[in-house]
Amino acid sequence: MTMQQNSRKSLRCLLAASGTGPNRFLFDGTTRVDLQAPPEIAARRGTLDHMRDRSVLLALDSQLDCAVALIELDGIARRVVICPPDLPPNHISSVLDGCEVDTVICDRMLPEYSGRNILHPSKLTESQTIRHDGCRLTEWTLFTSGTTGQPKTVVHSLESLSGHLPAGSPSGTVPVWSTFYDIRRYGGLQMLLRALVGGGSLVLSNPHESPGAFLSRAGACGVTHILGTPSHWRRALMTGEAGKISPVYIRLSGEVADQTILDRLREMYPHATIAHAFASTEAGVAFEVQDGQSGFPANLVDSVGSETELRVIDSSLRIRSPRLAKRYLSGSTSGLMDEHGFIDTGDIVELRGDRYYFVGRKEGVINIGGQKVHPEEVEAVINRHPGVELSFVKSRRSPITGAIIAAEVVMKSQVVPACRGSLPTQAAGLTNLIEEILVMCRAALPAHKVPATIRIVPALDIAPSGKLARPRA
Amino acid sequence: MTIRSTIQDTILQVASELNKSMPPLDDDLPLLDSGLDSLGLAVVVARLEDVLGVDPFRDGVDGAFPVTLGDFIRFYDNAAK
Repeated sequence: MTMQQNSRKSLRCLLAASGTGPNRFLFDGTTRVDLQAPPEIAARRGTLDHMRDRSVLLALDSQLDCAVALIELDGIARRVVICPPDLPPNHISSVLDGCEVDTVICDRMLPEYSGRNILHPSKLTESQTIRHDGCRLTEWTLFTSGTTGQPKTVVHSLESLSGHLPAGSPSGTVPVWSTFYDIRRYGGLQMLLRALVGGGSLVLSNPHESPGAFLSRAGACGVTHILGTPSHWRRALMTGEAGKISPVYIRLSGEVADQTILDRLREMYPHATIAHAFASTEAGVAFEVQDGQSGFPANLVDSVGSETELRVIDSSLRIRSPRLAKRYLSGSTSGLMDEHGFIDTGDIVELRGDRYYFVGRKEGVINIGGQKVHPEEVEAVINRHPGVELSFVKSRRSPITGAIIAAEVVMKSQVVPACRGSLPTQAAGLTNLIEEILVMCRAALPAHKVPATIRIVPALDIAPSGKLARPRA
Repeated sequence: MTIRSTIQDTILQVASELNKSMPPLDDDLPLLDSGLDSLGLAVVVARLEDVLGVDPFRDGVDGAFPVTLGDFIRFYDNAAK
């Protein structure tokens, strides 16, 4: 009936095997969870019997609660669906249906959950004495952004999410991991698993804490390994608190790491290994570069025998790896892989000398501090303004977040006369229009999708295909 | 308008658009722990580029990134020279 792999070890078993003890912990600045000795871990069951073979949605405010739930549910549940903190409420229904959710673990009840089993996270850790014998292959379901703003879910397993991070501290002490990422997204989740399985601890970020306070706290916890996007790191270097940590290992991923940020980190942390990695929710971490230079060596492409294989087809990077996501679960009808098992990352690379450099994205997808934005979803909101004829949303380079959204808008001809007249009147009319469009965008879109700048233009380029001309972002 | 007043006006404008309240804009105010997040700062830097015609972050950062508002203003003053 169920797909069981008896040789499979659950996250709970792997955690116990990695050596638990009082010096290992998860800490979010408010609550500390000790990763206790194996007998106690094995004894906290009960509610879990009701989770057997379920598809469980984790809709939790706290990263720490989510981490504890994942430890409990892997090997027991059929599927765990991990909601990111900013999942729009209007998508909940389609997620519940698409992922066949029958149980919701949440701290707040929503009308959409009715008819399903509802559980408060505290119930998961109530003391019971049933052994955690789960060894079924649990599907780990994560969210990635879809073209229309409708989230897509991709299916991973514990095995595809683990791996490809250094095993621990060279000194043999307990590694203390930390990350600016949220563990409910791919990058942060990898950290959590690495800490749990690799014998370490994890210092979690906290939305109520400033970046500077987070760095101070991570430093006080003795962080040894810390990861974030280039945008996270630029922000860290601008807090004035970056000297509070002295990690042995730093990794940047989720966005292109430019030479400036690599150089500034090298100056700040002269003794740390500074790596930048290519990773995506679908492809996992594909490779890591440690030579302090942006881009990656050309000999990584088409090399044979390595676990992760890279190809460049039509300037676009393709990846094949055992850590690829299995498939899309909902939100997409297209296949994940080509006929050879490669995923097209959509990242455009350019060969200069003996190195490839990232130059942009196919299909104009914009990466803002590691979060992807499809221009079409922003254009759709702008076009709702009654005075807008046509809009064009594009990426604009930002030294702070990698990219930001810039919009060009053509107004309907009957609106334009209202902006005519003397120059000051005209400017005031345009400013009001831009302000109205921004208000609409802020009401309908998360902050990173709202255009940073809007320009009113007389016309936009239309390609021979009849579509807006979209140069590669 | 001086570079200083342009920067201050832009910060206040962006903060109000993002519904963030800002403390008084003293020179020793830390840029990022004071109300603007990095997205807000990215918007400020883009708009300043449109108004002032310079982006000192892109045109080459010699030495450390600015931490306080005073550092930030000097950053633009130097780039505009």
